[in-house]
Amino acid sequence: MTMRVNFTVNGRPQEADDVWEGESLLYVLRERLGLPGSKNACEQGECGSCTVRLDGVPVCSCLVAAGQAEGREVVTVEGLADYAKQRAEHGGCASGACGTSIDSAKKWEAKPQDSQTGEGVELSPIQQAFIDAGAVQCGFCTPGLLVAADEMLERNPSPTDADIREALSGNLCRCTGYEKILDAVRLAAARQERQGEAV
Amino acid sequence: MDFLRPASWEEALAAKAEHPTAVPIAGGTDVMVEINFDHRRPEYLLDLNRIELLREWEVGEENVRLGASVPYTQIMENLRAELPGLALASHTVASPQIRNRGGVGGNLGTASPAGDAHPALLAAGAEVEVESVRGSRFIPIDEFYTGVKRNALQPDELIKTVHVKKADGPQQYSKVGTRNAMVIAVCAFGLALHPETRTVRTGIGSAAPTPIRAKEAESFLNAALEEGGFWDNGKIITPSIAKQFADLCSGAANPIDDVRGTAKYRRHAVGIMARRQLGWTWEQYRGTGRPLEGAA
Repeated sequence: MTMRVNFTVNGRPQEADDVWEGESLLYVLRERLGLPGSKNACEQGECGSCTVRLDGVPVCSCLVAAGQAEGREVVTVEGLADYAKQRAEHGGCASGACGTSIDSAKKWEAKPQDSQTGEGVELSPIQQAFIDAGAVQCGFCTPGLLVAADEMLERNPSPTDADIREALSGNLCRCTGYEKILDAVRLAAARQERQGEAV
Repeated sequence: MDFLRPASWEEALAAKAEHPTAVPIAGGTDVMVEINFDHRRPEYLLDLNRIELLREWEVGEENVRLGASVPYTQIMENLRAELPGLALASHTVASPQIRNRGGVGGNLGTASPAGDAHPALLAAGAEVEVESVRGSRFIPIDEFYTGVKRNALQPDELIKTVHVKKADGPQQYSKVGTRNAMVIAVCAFGLALHPETRTVRTGIGSAAPTPIRAKEAESFLNAALEEGGFWDNGKIITPSIAKQFADLCSGAANPIDDVRGTAKYRRHAVGIMARRQLGWTWEQYRGTGRPLEGAA
Protein backbone atom coordinates (compact mmCIF):
# COMPACT_ATOMS: atom_id res chain seq x y z
CA MET A 1 0.00 0.00 0.00
CA THR A 2 1.13 3.50 -0.66
CA MET A 3 -0.22 6.94 0.03
CA ARG A 4 -0.23 10.47 -1.25
CA VAL A 5 1.31 13.30 0.76
CA ASN A 6 0.39 16.94 0.24
CA PHE A 7 2.62 19.51 1.80
CA THR A 8 4.36 22.79 1.17
CA VAL A 9 7.98 22.74 0.08
CA ASN A 10 9.90 26.00 -0.11
CA GLY A 11 6.71 28.01 -0.16
CA ARG A 12 4.93 26.04 -2.90
CA PRO A 13 2.33 23.30 -2.52
CA GLN A 14 3.59 19.89 -3.57
CA GLU A 15 2.13 16.46 -3.91
CA ALA A 16 4.08 13.24 -3.60
CA ASP A 17 2.51 10.03 -4.84
CA ASP A 18 3.20 6.36 -4.23
CA VAL A 19 4.76 7.12 -0.88
CA TRP A 20 5.43 4.01 1.19
CA GLU A 21 4.09 4.36 4.75
CA GLY A 22 7.47 3.83 6.39
CA GLU A 23 9.21 6.27 4.10
CA SER A 24 11.04 9.27 5.54
CA LEU A 25 10.48 12.89 4.59
CA LEU A 26 14.11 12.88 3.41
CA TYR A 27 13.41 10.12 0.91
CA VAL A 28 10.35 11.92 -0.41
CA LEU A 29 12.31 15.14 -0.87
CA ARG A 30 15.22 13.48 -2.63
CA GLU A 31 13.70 10.65 -4.59
CA ARG A 32 10.13 11.75 -5.28
CA LEU A 33 10.45 15.51 -5.57
CA GLY A 34 13.94 15.55 -7.05
CA LEU A 35 15.48 17.76 -4.37
CA PRO A 36 18.80 16.12 -3.46
CA GLY A 37 20.13 19.10 -1.50
CA SER A 38 19.22 17.50 1.82
CA LYS A 39 21.80 14.76 2.21
CA ASN A 40 21.29 11.16 3.22
CA ALA A 41 24.09 9.94 5.45
CA CYS A 42 23.47 8.27 8.80
CA GLU A 43 19.68 7.80 8.64
CA GLN A 44 19.57 7.86 12.43
CA GLY A 45 19.64 11.52 13.36
CA GLU A 46 23.32 11.55 14.28
CA CYS A 47 24.79 13.65 11.51
CA GLY A 48 22.31 16.43 10.73
CA SER A 49 23.10 16.42 7.00
CA CYS A 50 19.38 15.96 6.22
CA THR A 51 18.33 18.98 8.32
CA VAL A 52 15.29 20.85 6.98
CA ARG A 53 12.79 23.17 8.61
CA LEU A 54 9.42 21.64 9.40
CA ASP A 55 6.93 24.37 10.21
CA GLY A 56 9.95 26.56 10.89
CA VAL A 57 11.70 24.16 13.24
CA PRO A 58 14.99 22.46 12.30
CA VAL A 59 14.58 18.69 12.25
CA CYS A 60 16.33 15.67 10.81
CA SER A 61 14.15 14.85 7.81
CA CYS A 62 15.33 11.23 7.94
CA LEU A 63 13.42 10.84 11.22
CA VAL A 64 10.16 12.42 10.09
CA ALA A 65 7.75 9.90 8.58
CA ALA A 66 6.57 11.24 5.24
CA GLY A 67 2.96 11.03 6.36
CA GLN A 68 3.75 13.29 9.29
CA ALA A 69 4.59 16.09 6.85
CA GLU A 70 1.02 16.11 5.49
CA GLY A 71 -0.26 19.69 5.43
CA ARG A 72 2.94 21.11 6.84
CA GLU A 73 5.60 23.48 5.58
CA VAL A 74 9.10 22.34 4.73
CA VAL A 75 12.06 24.50 3.81
CA THR A 76 15.05 22.78 2.26
CA VAL A 77 18.48 24.14 1.41
CA GLU A 78 17.28 24.67 -2.19
CA GLY A 79 14.78 27.23 -0.93
CA LEU A 80 17.03 28.84 1.64
CA ALA A 81 18.12 31.80 -0.48
CA ASP A 82 14.55 32.78 -1.24
CA TYR A 83 13.46 32.09 2.32
CA ALA A 84 16.18 34.39 3.68
CA LYS A 85 15.32 37.04 1.10
CA GLN A 86 11.64 37.03 2.01
CA ARG A 87 12.51 37.18 5.67
CA ALA A 88 14.76 40.18 5.12
CA GLU A 89 12.25 42.01 2.94
CA HIS A 90 8.88 41.14 4.40
CA GLY A 91 9.67 39.33 7.61
CA GLY A 92 8.40 36.12 6.06
CA CYS A 93 6.00 35.00 3.40
CA ALA A 94 2.51 33.56 3.18
CA SER A 95 2.43 30.07 1.80
CA GLY A 96 2.27 30.00 -1.98
CA ALA A 97 2.63 33.77 -2.34
CA CYS A 98 6.34 33.54 -2.89
CA GLY A 99 8.81 30.71 -2.51
CA THR A 100 10.84 28.60 -4.87
CA SER A 101 9.16 26.53 -7.56
CA ILE A 102 10.04 22.86 -7.71
CA ASP A 103 11.68 23.34 -11.09
CA SER A 104 13.94 26.14 -10.01
CA ALA A 105 14.64 24.28 -6.75
CA LYS A 106 15.69 21.23 -8.76
CA LYS A 107 17.97 23.35 -10.87
CA TRP A 108 19.32 25.36 -7.98
CA GLU A 109 23.05 25.19 -7.64
CA ALA A 110 25.46 27.12 -5.51
CA LYS A 111 27.37 27.72 -8.70
CA PRO A 112 28.24 31.35 -8.91
CA GLN A 113 29.73 32.72 -12.11
CA ASP A 114 32.74 33.47 -10.06
CA SER A 115 33.10 30.55 -7.73
CA GLN A 116 35.34 32.50 -5.39
CA THR A 117 33.06 35.42 -4.71
CA GLY A 118 29.61 33.96 -5.19
CA GLU A 119 28.68 36.72 -7.59
CA GLY A 120 26.08 36.02 -10.20
CA VAL A 121 23.79 33.73 -8.26
CA GLU A 122 21.42 34.50 -5.48
CA LEU A 123 22.67 33.13 -2.20
CA SER A 124 21.39 33.54 1.32
CA PRO A 125 23.73 35.48 3.61
CA ILE A 126 24.77 32.29 5.38
CA GLN A 127 25.59 30.59 2.06
CA GLN A 128 27.67 33.59 1.00
CA ALA A 129 29.45 33.54 4.34
CA PHE A 130 30.28 29.83 3.96
CA ILE A 131 31.90 30.59 0.59
CA ASP A 132 33.74 33.64 1.86
CA ALA A 133 35.07 31.89 4.95
CA GLY A 134 36.10 28.74 3.08
CA ALA A 135 33.76 26.65 5.19
CA VAL A 136 32.99 24.15 2.45
CA GLN A 137 35.27 21.25 1.68
CA CYS A 138 33.62 18.07 0.42
CA GLY A 139 30.27 19.80 0.89
CA PHE A 140 28.27 16.85 2.12
CA CYS A 141 27.47 18.34 5.54
CA THR A 142 27.01 21.85 4.15
CA PRO A 143 23.27 21.84 3.37
CA GLY A 144 22.37 20.68 6.87
CA LEU A 145 24.74 23.17 8.46
CA LEU A 146 23.32 26.01 6.35
CA VAL A 147 19.74 25.27 7.37
CA ALA A 148 20.69 24.91 11.05
CA ALA A 149 22.90 28.02 11.08
CA ASP A 150 20.35 30.13 9.23
CA GLU A 151 17.66 29.22 11.74
CA MET A 152 19.92 30.11 14.65
CA LEU A 153 20.73 33.52 13.16
CA GLU A 154 17.02 34.14 12.66
CA ARG A 155 16.35 33.37 16.32
CA ASN A 156 19.53 34.75 17.77
CA PRO A 157 21.08 37.53 15.69
CA SER A 158 24.08 38.02 18.00
CA PRO A 159 25.18 34.54 18.96
CA THR A 160 28.11 33.84 21.24
CA ASP A 161 30.57 31.14 20.24
CA ALA A 162 28.86 28.86 22.73
CA ASP A 163 25.48 29.56 21.08
CA ILE A 164 26.92 28.69 17.66
CA ARG A 165 28.48 25.47 18.92
CA GLU A 166 25.25 24.48 20.59
CA ALA A 167 23.13 25.25 17.53
CA LEU A 168 25.43 23.25 15.27
CA SER A 169 26.07 20.41 17.71
CA GLY A 170 23.76 18.12 15.74
CA ASN A 171 25.67 18.55 12.47
CA LEU A 172 28.78 16.51 11.81
CA CYS A 173 31.53 17.59 9.44
CA ARG A 174 34.41 15.23 8.76
CA CYS A 175 36.58 17.61 6.70
CA THR A 176 36.90 21.06 8.12
CA GLY A 177 37.61 20.66 11.78
CA TYR A 178 34.72 23.10 12.21
CA GLU A 179 36.84 26.22 12.64
CA LYS A 180 36.01 27.61 9.19
CA ILE A 181 32.36 26.78 9.76
CA LEU A 182 32.39 28.75 13.00
CA ASP A 183 34.14 31.59 11.13
CA ALA A 184 31.40 31.54 8.51
CA VAL A 185 28.61 31.77 11.05
CA ARG A 186 30.39 34.59 12.90
CA LEU A 187 30.83 36.37 9.58
CA ALA A 188 27.16 36.01 8.68
CA ALA A 189 26.16 37.25 12.13
CA ALA A 190 28.45 40.27 11.87
CA ARG A 191 27.13 41.14 8.41
CA GLN A 192 23.56 40.72 9.58
CA GLU A 193 24.28 43.04 12.49
CA ARG A 194 25.83 45.66 10.21
CA GLN A 195 22.87 45.45 7.89
CA GLY A 196 20.53 45.92 10.85
CA GLU A 197 22.40 49.06 11.85
CA ALA A 198 22.33 50.44 8.32
CA VAL A 199 18.53 50.15 8.15
CA MET B 1 2.25 -1.18 6.37
CA ASP B 2 -0.59 1.21 7.08
CA PHE B 3 -0.26 4.80 8.23
CA LEU B 4 -2.99 5.78 10.68
CA ARG B 5 -3.55 9.50 11.12
CA PRO B 6 -6.00 10.12 13.94
CA ALA B 7 -7.10 13.76 14.15
CA SER B 8 -8.10 13.55 17.81
CA TRP B 9 -7.16 11.71 20.98
CA GLU B 10 -10.40 9.74 20.89
CA GLU B 11 -9.66 8.61 17.35
CA ALA B 12 -6.16 7.61 18.41
CA LEU B 13 -7.50 5.47 21.27
CA ALA B 14 -10.03 3.85 18.94
CA ALA B 15 -7.29 3.10 16.39
CA LYS B 16 -5.04 1.60 19.07
CA ALA B 17 -7.92 -0.55 20.33
CA GLU B 18 -8.64 -1.79 16.84
CA HIS B 19 -4.96 -2.35 16.01
CA PRO B 20 -3.10 -3.15 19.25
CA THR B 21 0.10 -3.89 17.29
CA ALA B 22 0.15 -0.35 15.89
CA VAL B 23 3.37 1.45 16.76
CA PRO B 24 2.77 5.00 17.98
CA ILE B 25 5.03 7.56 16.33
CA ALA B 26 5.38 11.12 17.62
CA GLY B 27 8.85 12.68 17.28
CA GLY B 28 9.97 9.60 15.37
CA THR B 29 13.48 9.78 16.76
CA ASP B 30 13.40 6.14 17.91
CA VAL B 31 10.81 4.60 15.59
CA MET B 32 12.17 6.00 12.34
CA VAL B 33 15.69 4.78 13.12
CA GLU B 34 14.34 1.26 13.45
CA ILE B 35 12.39 1.55 10.23
CA ASN B 36 15.27 3.14 8.29
CA PHE B 37 17.54 0.30 9.36
CA ASP B 38 14.92 -2.34 8.65
CA HIS B 39 14.97 -3.49 12.25
CA ARG B 40 11.26 -3.10 12.44
CA ARG B 41 8.39 -3.34 9.96
CA PRO B 42 5.28 -2.54 11.96
CA GLU B 43 1.95 -3.44 10.42
CA TYR B 44 0.60 -0.04 11.43
CA LEU B 45 2.18 3.29 12.26
CA LEU B 46 -0.02 5.44 14.48
CA ASP B 47 0.91 9.08 13.93
CA LEU B 48 0.28 11.21 17.02
CA ASN B 49 1.55 14.50 15.55
CA ARG B 50 -1.87 15.90 14.83
CA ILE B 51 -3.10 15.53 18.40
CA GLU B 52 -2.70 18.95 19.94
CA LEU B 53 -3.32 17.97 23.54
CA LEU B 54 -0.20 15.82 23.54
CA ARG B 55 1.89 18.93 22.83
CA GLU B 56 0.43 21.00 25.67
CA TRP B 57 1.59 21.43 29.23
CA GLU B 58 0.04 23.01 32.27
CA VAL B 59 1.63 24.07 35.54
CA GLY B 60 -0.66 23.16 38.43
CA GLU B 61 -0.42 23.55 42.20
CA GLU B 62 1.70 20.48 42.81
CA ASN B 63 2.39 18.98 39.40
CA VAL B 64 3.26 19.88 35.90
CA ARG B 65 0.97 18.10 33.49
CA LEU B 66 3.30 17.44 30.61
CA GLY B 67 1.78 16.25 27.34
CA ALA B 68 3.54 13.13 26.05
CA SER B 69 4.80 14.86 22.87
CA VAL B 70 5.98 18.16 24.33
CA PRO B 71 9.42 18.44 22.69
CA TYR B 72 12.51 18.56 24.89
CA THR B 73 13.26 22.03 23.51
CA GLN B 74 10.04 23.32 25.05
CA ILE B 75 10.83 21.72 28.41
CA MET B 76 14.26 23.38 28.43
CA GLU B 77 12.84 26.77 27.49
CA ASN B 78 9.64 26.85 29.49
CA LEU B 79 9.82 24.53 32.48
CA ARG B 80 13.30 25.13 33.90
CA ALA B 81 11.96 26.60 37.14
CA GLU B 82 9.29 23.97 37.77
CA LEU B 83 11.21 20.93 36.52
CA PRO B 84 14.91 21.78 36.82
CA GLY B 85 16.10 18.17 36.78
CA LEU B 86 14.07 17.29 33.70
CA ALA B 87 15.15 20.52 31.98
CA LEU B 88 18.80 19.63 32.57
CA ALA B 89 18.18 16.09 31.33
CA SER B 90 16.39 17.46 28.27
CA HIS B 91 19.41 19.56 27.43
CA THR B 92 21.57 16.42 27.27
CA VAL B 93 19.30 14.76 24.71
CA ALA B 94 21.12 14.35 21.40
CA SER B 95 21.05 17.60 19.40
CA PRO B 96 18.76 20.58 18.73
CA GLN B 97 17.17 18.80 15.77
CA ILE B 98 16.31 15.79 17.93
CA ARG B 99 15.16 17.90 20.90
CA ASN B 100 12.81 19.73 18.55
CA ARG B 101 11.00 16.46 17.83
CA GLY B 102 11.47 14.06 20.71
CA GLY B 103 9.56 14.18 23.99
CA VAL B 104 9.19 12.38 27.30
CA GLY B 105 6.32 10.21 26.05
CA GLY B 106 8.65 8.64 23.53
CA ASN B 107 11.33 8.05 26.15
CA LEU B 108 8.73 6.28 28.29
CA GLY B 109 7.29 4.33 25.36
CA THR B 110 10.71 3.07 24.31
CA ALA B 111 11.65 2.52 27.98
CA SER B 112 15.33 2.12 27.19
CA PRO B 113 17.43 2.03 30.36
CA ALA B 114 19.49 4.78 28.67
CA GLY B 115 16.59 7.17 28.09
CA ASP B 116 17.73 10.58 29.31
CA ALA B 117 14.47 11.64 30.96
CA HIS B 118 14.10 8.64 33.27
CA PRO B 119 16.51 9.53 36.12
CA ALA B 120 15.02 13.02 36.31
CA LEU B 121 11.46 11.68 36.45
CA LEU B 122 12.40 9.13 39.12
CA ALA B 123 14.12 11.78 41.25
CA ALA B 124 11.38 14.40 40.90
CA GLY B 125 8.54 11.94 41.38
CA ALA B 126 6.02 11.40 38.59
CA GLU B 127 2.99 9.50 37.45
CA VAL B 128 2.30 8.43 33.91
CA GLU B 129 -1.29 8.89 32.78
CA VAL B 130 -2.16 6.27 30.19
CA GLU B 131 -5.46 5.77 28.46
CA SER B 132 -7.33 3.30 26.30
CA VAL B 133 -10.93 3.02 25.17
CA ARG B 134 -11.41 1.11 28.45
CA GLY B 135 -10.49 4.13 30.53
CA SER B 136 -7.47 5.87 31.97
CA ARG B 137 -5.08 5.05 34.80
CA PHE B 138 -2.10 6.60 36.54
CA ILE B 139 1.07 4.50 36.75
CA PRO B 140 3.62 5.62 39.37
CA ILE B 141 6.96 6.15 37.66
CA ASP B 142 8.57 3.54 39.95
CA GLU B 143 6.23 0.90 38.55
CA PHE B 144 6.40 1.99 34.94
CA TYR B 145 9.65 0.33 33.86
CA THR B 146 9.24 -3.44 33.87
CA GLY B 147 12.31 -4.68 31.96
CA VAL B 148 14.84 -3.79 29.29
CA LYS B 149 12.77 -1.72 26.84
CA ARG B 150 9.60 -2.90 28.52
CA ASN B 151 6.99 -0.86 30.30
CA ALA B 152 3.68 -1.28 32.09
CA LEU B 153 1.53 -0.28 29.11
CA GLN B 154 -1.19 -2.62 27.88
CA PRO B 155 -1.29 -3.18 24.11
CA ASP B 156 -4.34 -0.94 23.69
CA GLU B 157 -3.02 1.91 25.84
CA LEU B 158 -1.34 5.15 24.85
CA ILE B 159 0.68 7.54 27.00
CA LYS B 160 -1.23 10.78 27.40
CA THR B 161 0.31 12.96 30.10
CA VAL B 162 3.25 12.76 32.46
CA HIS B 163 2.41 14.33 35.80
CA VAL B 164 5.73 15.45 37.24
CA LYS B 165 5.96 16.87 40.75
CA LYS B 166 7.02 20.50 40.75
CA ALA B 167 10.41 21.01 42.33
CA ASP B 168 10.24 22.04 45.98
CA GLY B 169 14.03 22.17 46.25
CA PRO B 170 17.22 21.94 44.19
CA GLN B 171 17.58 19.23 41.57
CA GLN B 172 20.53 18.04 39.54
CA TYR B 173 21.19 15.75 36.64
CA SER B 174 24.32 14.52 34.93
CA LYS B 175 25.19 12.12 32.20
CA VAL B 176 28.47 10.47 31.30
CA GLY B 177 29.37 10.29 27.62
CA THR B 178 32.21 10.88 25.20
CA ARG B 179 31.03 14.30 24.07
CA ASN B 180 28.39 16.86 24.93
CA ALA B 181 26.00 16.24 22.05
CA MET B 182 24.68 13.15 20.33
CA VAL B 183 25.57 10.76 23.09
CA ILE B 184 23.76 7.74 24.44
CA ALA B 185 24.43 7.79 28.16
CA VAL B 186 27.19 5.54 29.45
CA CYS B 187 25.33 6.15 32.67
CA ALA B 188 23.31 8.98 34.15
CA PHE B 189 22.20 10.16 37.55
CA GLY B 190 19.54 12.51 38.86
CA LEU B 191 19.02 13.85 42.36
CA ALA B 192 16.19 15.89 43.84
CA LEU B 193 16.04 17.39 47.31
CA HIS B 194 12.50 17.64 48.65
CA PRO B 195 12.72 20.02 51.64
CA GLU B 196 8.94 20.01 52.15
CA THR B 197 8.98 16.34 53.06
CA ARG B 198 12.63 16.37 54.13
CA THR B 199 13.45 13.60 51.73
CA VAL B 200 15.74 13.04 48.80
CA ARG B 201 15.05 11.02 45.68
CA THR B 202 17.43 9.60 43.11
CA GLY B 203 17.33 8.21 39.62
CA ILE B 204 19.95 6.06 37.89
CA GLY B 205 20.05 5.56 34.14
CA SER B 206 21.91 3.10 31.94
CA ALA B 207 23.30 1.16 34.88
CA ALA B 208 20.67 -1.55 35.38
CA PRO B 209 18.12 -3.38 33.19
CA THR B 210 15.68 -0.53 33.84
CA PRO B 211 16.00 3.00 35.16
CA ILE B 212 16.01 2.68 38.95
CA ARG B 213 16.08 4.62 42.19
CA ALA B 214 18.81 4.00 44.74
CA LYS B 215 16.33 3.47 47.53
CA GLU B 216 18.77 2.30 50.19
CA ALA B 217 20.92 5.34 49.52
CA GLU B 218 17.86 7.58 49.82
CA SER B 219 16.83 6.00 53.14
CA PHE B 220 20.33 6.32 54.50
CA LEU B 221 20.60 9.97 53.52
CA ASN B 222 17.10 10.81 54.76
CA ALA B 223 17.98 9.37 58.17
CA ALA B 224 21.43 10.97 58.30
CA LEU B 225 20.08 14.42 57.37
CA GLU B 226 17.30 14.13 59.94
CA GLU B 227 19.59 12.86 62.67
CA GLY B 228 22.14 15.61 62.14
CA GLY B 229 19.46 18.29 61.95
CA PHE B 230 20.89 19.28 58.57
CA TRP B 231 17.59 20.46 57.07
CA ASP B 232 17.36 23.03 59.88
CA ASN B 233 20.94 23.98 60.59
CA GLY B 234 21.97 24.01 56.92
CA LYS B 235 25.43 22.75 57.80
CA ILE B 236 27.75 21.23 55.24
CA ILE B 237 27.09 17.53 54.87
CA THR B 238 30.02 15.64 56.32
CA PRO B 239 32.28 13.80 53.87
CA SER B 240 31.54 10.49 55.54
CA ILE B 241 27.80 10.87 54.94
CA ALA B 242 28.41 11.92 51.34
CA LYS B 243 30.73 8.96 50.81
CA GLN B 244 28.29 6.49 52.28
CA PHE B 245 25.51 7.91 50.09
CA ALA B 246 27.71 7.63 46.99
CA ASP B 247 28.71 4.07 47.85
CA LEU B 248 25.08 3.05 48.30
CA CYS B 249 24.17 4.62 44.95
CA SER B 250 27.00 2.68 43.32
CA GLY B 251 25.76 -0.44 45.03
CA ALA B 252 22.22 0.08 43.73
CA ALA B 253 23.48 -0.02 40.15
CA ASN B 254 23.43 -3.35 38.41
CA PRO B 255 25.22 -2.55 35.17
CA ILE B 256 26.64 -4.64 32.35
CA ASP B 257 29.76 -4.42 30.20
CA ASP B 258 28.94 -3.18 26.72
CA VAL B 259 30.40 -1.11 23.90
CA ARG B 260 29.80 2.14 25.77
CA GLY B 261 31.49 1.17 29.02
CA THR B 262 32.24 -1.51 31.54
CA ALA B 263 30.07 -2.42 34.49
CA LYS B 264 32.90 -1.46 36.82
CA TYR B 265 33.25 1.98 35.28
CA ARG B 266 29.51 2.59 35.37
CA ARG B 267 29.24 1.66 39.03
CA HIS B 268 32.17 3.94 39.82
CA ALA B 269 30.76 6.84 37.78
CA VAL B 270 27.33 6.57 39.39
CA GLY B 271 28.97 7.01 42.79
CA ILE B 272 30.96 10.03 41.62
CA MET B 273 27.89 11.69 40.13
CA ALA B 274 25.88 10.99 43.29
CA ARG B 275 28.51 12.56 45.52
CA ARG B 276 28.95 15.61 43.31
CA GLN B 277 25.24 16.21 42.89
CA LEU B 278 24.68 15.93 46.61
CA GLY B 279 27.30 18.64 47.02
CA TRP B 280 25.81 20.88 44.32
CA THR B 281 22.20 20.55 45.45
CA TRP B 282 23.07 20.92 49.11
CA GLU B 283 25.07 24.07 48.45
CA GLN B 284 22.06 25.45 46.64
CA TYR B 285 19.76 24.46 49.48
CA ARG B 286 22.01 26.21 51.96
CA GLY B 287 21.41 29.34 49.94
CA THR B 288 24.91 30.06 48.85
CA GLY B 289 23.36 30.78 45.50
CA ARG B 290 25.32 28.32 43.45
CA PRO B 291 23.57 28.43 40.07
CA LEU B 292 22.39 25.30 38.34
CA GLU B 293 25.12 24.11 36.07
CA GLY B 294 24.81 22.19 32.86
CA ALA B 295 25.22 18.48 33.07
CA ALA B 296 28.73 17.16 32.63
